[in-house]
Amino acid sequence: MAFHVRKSTAKIIPHFRNGMSFLGSLEMGFLNSYSTHLRSTSFAAHKIGTRVLGSENIPAHLSARRFESIKVGKQVASVNDDRDNQVLEFPGGKVKFTPKLSFIPDREEERIPCFRVLDDHGQPSIYSNFTQVSKEIAMKMYNDMVTLQTMDTIFYEAQRQGRISFYLTSLGEEAINIASAAALSLDDLIVPQYREAGVLIWRGFTLREFASQCFGNKYDYCKGRQMPVHYGSKRHNYFTVASTIASQIPHAVGAAYSMKMDKRDACAVTYFGDGGTSEGDFHAALNFAAVLEAPVLFICRNNGWAISTPISDQFRSDGVVVKGRAYGVCSIRVDGNDALAVYNAVRAARKMAIQEHRPILIEALTYRAGHHTTSDDSTRYRPAEEMEWWRVAKDPVSRFRKWIESNGWWNNEAEAELRSSLRKQLLEEIQLAERSEKPPVADAFTDVYDVPPSNLQEQEKWLRKTIKTHPQDYPSNFPL
Amino acid sequence: MLPTPLDLYTQTLRGLASQWWWPAVFKPLHFPQISRLIGSNPFQRSNSINAGQSNLSLEKKMWGIVRQKVGAGASSIPALQRIRPAASSSRYYSSAAKEMTVRDALNSALDEEMSADPKVFLMGEEVGEYQGAYKITKGLLEKYGPERVLDTPITEAGFAGIGVGAAYHGLKPVVEFMTFNFSMQAIDHIINSAAKTNYMSAGQISVPIVFRGPNGAAAGVGAQHSQCYAAWYGSCPGLKVLAPYSSEDARGLLKAAIRDPDPVVFLENELLYGESFPVSAEVLDSSFTAPIGKAKIEREGKDVTITAFSKMVGYALKAAELLSKEGISAEVINLRSIRPLDRATINTSVRKTNRLVTVEEGFPQHGVGAEICTSVVEESFGYLDAPVERIAGADIPMPYAANLERMAVPQVEDIVRAAKRACYRAVPLAATG
Ligand SMILES: Cc1ncc(C[n+]2csc(CCOP(=O)(O)OP(=O)(O)O)c2C)c(N)n1
Ligand SMILES: [Mg+2]
Repeated sequence: MAFHVRKSTAKIIPHFRNGMSFLGSLEMGFLNSYSTHLRSTSFAAHKIGTRVLGSENIPAHLSARRFESIKVGKQVASVNDDRDNQVLEFPGGKVKFTPKLSFIPDREEERIPCFRVLDDHGQPSIYSNFTQVSKEIAMKMYNDMVTLQTMDTIFYEAQRQGRISFYLTSLGEEAINIASAAALSLDDLIVPQYREAGVLIWRGFTLREFASQCFGNKYDYCKGRQMPVHYGSKRHNYFTVASTIASQIPHAVGAAYSMKMDKRDACAVTYFGDGGTSEGDFHAALNFAAVLEAPVLFICRNNGWAISTPISDQFRSDGVVVKGRAYGVCSIRVDGNDALAVYNAVRAARKMAIQEHRPILIEALTYRAGHHTTSDDSTRYRPAEEMEWWRVAKDPVSRFRKWIESNGWWNNEAEAELRSSLRKQLLEEIQLAERSEKPPVADAFTDVYDVPPSNLQEQEKWLRKTIKTHPQDYPSNFPL
Repeated sequence: MLPTPLDLYTQTLRGLASQWWWPAVFKPLHFPQISRLIGSNPFQRSNSINAGQSNLSLEKKMWGIVRQKVGAGASSIPALQRIRPAASSSRYYSSAAKEMTVRDALNSALDEEMSADPKVFLMGEEVGEYQGAYKITKGLLEKYGPERVLDTPITEAGFAGIGVGAAYHGLKPVVEFMTFNFSMQAIDHIINSAAKTNYMSAGQISVPIVFRGPNGAAAGVGAQHSQCYAAWYGSCPGLKVLAPYSSEDARGLLKAAIRDPDPVVFLENELLYGESFPVSAEVLDSSFTAPIGKAKIEREGKDVTITAFSKMVGYALKAAELLSKEGISAEVINLRSIRPLDRATINTSVRKTNRLVTVEEGFPQHGVGAEICTSVVEESFGYLDAPVERIAGADIPMPYAANLERMAVPQVEDIVRAAKRACYRAVPLAATG
């Protein structure tokens, strides 16, 4: 590392207690070794550029390639054609020389466009070559979007009443949740963030299962170990939610790599927010997915906000979609509030990922219509008009409803009936989950390891003994 | 292929699925607030956000925000001014002892150090516009501007590294982690960069940085949000590790940490932020600091020594109160500093009481209690009249379910029982002797 001590930073010099001479030599040393490094690099390039090589005579550092998709032989064979030296043969392909000193601009003049099928009135674009969904799929999509919306509303209120410690909604992001799930196969592994409960709804996770998790009762699949909304179900191929932002993204790449090794007709699908793309994990994941040629879909829900941080404080690029190219990943931007657009984009992406062994990045533009979580009051940092506009003019559920209504598949009575039956069901499930027994004491100690080691067995014995001798110190309403 | 973690996970789920059982009938309970909601706009929020919530559940909010009633009222006045009408009016202190919350103590410490030293700046997720996830940095953006109160993208490794670089170059960053759980993303910079550079550069490059934020178990936030890092960072040479309990600790130690030339890990506790403590005029003075490496005897006693830090000091004090009713006089030591550890104060106390109970919320193995126990065994073995009792969190990741969570963290009764064990074990001996 070099320390550039500029004159203007003279005030910091006392911190470098022995003065500058050492730093001077440190910097020199750094430059020396760096230039040696540069020299050796250009030496290598020189060799590649001038020697005529047969394919059996590939330089060692190129032959290390593992996948045929990189056409090493061809590259090397064409070296001869460039007698006038207008291109540099460089690992990865020819690089043209240019006499023009110019920098790549920080962004394109026009922002990357956004794929949309349905306009705000629920009318499909006549230009779009989208795949129509069947009535059956469309009805399930709508049903599940309304289910998600209703569940969110009621669970949110239950938290407000102090019945659960925490909740967060997917309000405004119903289309991304449900339409992406609809475009996937149940064999695809979901590696979620936390705002994708709708994928579970699509896959048949019941309202009772949701309520059991939020109330942390003994029927919860994770034995009352996770915060509310941190669902997980192996049966639904849905990985347990992690609280640490973005840590799921590289996990999905690892899982996808394993699926590819197994030659499975499936991919891994990970979801994350705009905020998550600032974590190093996102960048490592994209890069590795490209290098490993892993069948993974990166679905970014760009909802404009990460708690109170607007995307303008998160990144200065044209959103997230442009980051794919830097890592060699195919990418698309899609209207996240248009269920048909999301469905089509994810379907096409899935096909490419599996058939071509490649990662795909999908940036879905949307808006977090609710508060970040029950710990948040977003009116303190967002203009009310902004929230209102997205909720009313851009609501993905009503846009999709307009479309199914215009197809003659839905009407007001069906709507009223669906919503009221969902509410009734949800209220019942909440009461039931609340009254169900909490997980037993034994559940505190299992699964720390595959088999509880002796120290944990002792700990449990000790705890049971203490509860027995001092029952007044422990809550009485849980099973021993 | 090797079994993946997911396969192991399936086995667990399969086991559970067979227990699936539901009572056949149940009577719906009255559910007034939800039924009020039925038929209304699903997006409409209740206006009184805190309705029906206890103070505790308000306090236990994770990364989110400790919600306070919004409004232009008293709450929008910077904390410091609530305590003192003018920043320098020391006359104000001479009146009777004031109360101050830990939140205001931290806020005023930051404010005073920023105002005293232009090299001090703050950085972290949501510390500026939002005034901190827990409102510790309230009013500071307004007062010091966006160059000294920096909102960062969600990149803990990034802003920790940038903070360390700024410290190398003469600034004094105070880096906030929304909670210390997220410092895990940045631990390389805390340990490999911050803690070691002064040593590796033979003292040429000091790293005057403070990493601060809530640490340890909150309530109802599960395994990945409820962990104590005292032992983790406490085991690393080059770092100083502080854990305040009261408002006096918070003010004195944070000011000392910012002025200190070494990197300091400053472990706060979310559940203490809203607690008020009496503060003396001396503590409120802007020159006040608490010494790093010195423990504080919170309560004197002669029968048993109880060591604790952070929130557990409050529990130890409550336990001491209960013990006094049974004729046991407990001495409570507030460690304040995990590294350096004030071995002298601990050993002096144990030599007086001859019994020791250590309390911490973190995991027992290789914990702070283990270190204290070793110190006492090494230096005061001959003075011990009973085995050392160690109270710690359960040796499991934190469960979410309220009943299991309660059993996974130390309770006041646990401390009382341990102290009694330590004493009663010795008492019969003394009686027969
Ligand atoms: C490593 C880490 N840092 C910080 C947090 C605190 N945190 C929780 S959610 C969140 C914002 C995430 O925003 P985004 O990725 O855009 O998702 P959204 O909530 O908008 O769906 C933050 C900073 C965390 N959970 N993990
Ligand atoms: Mg977001």
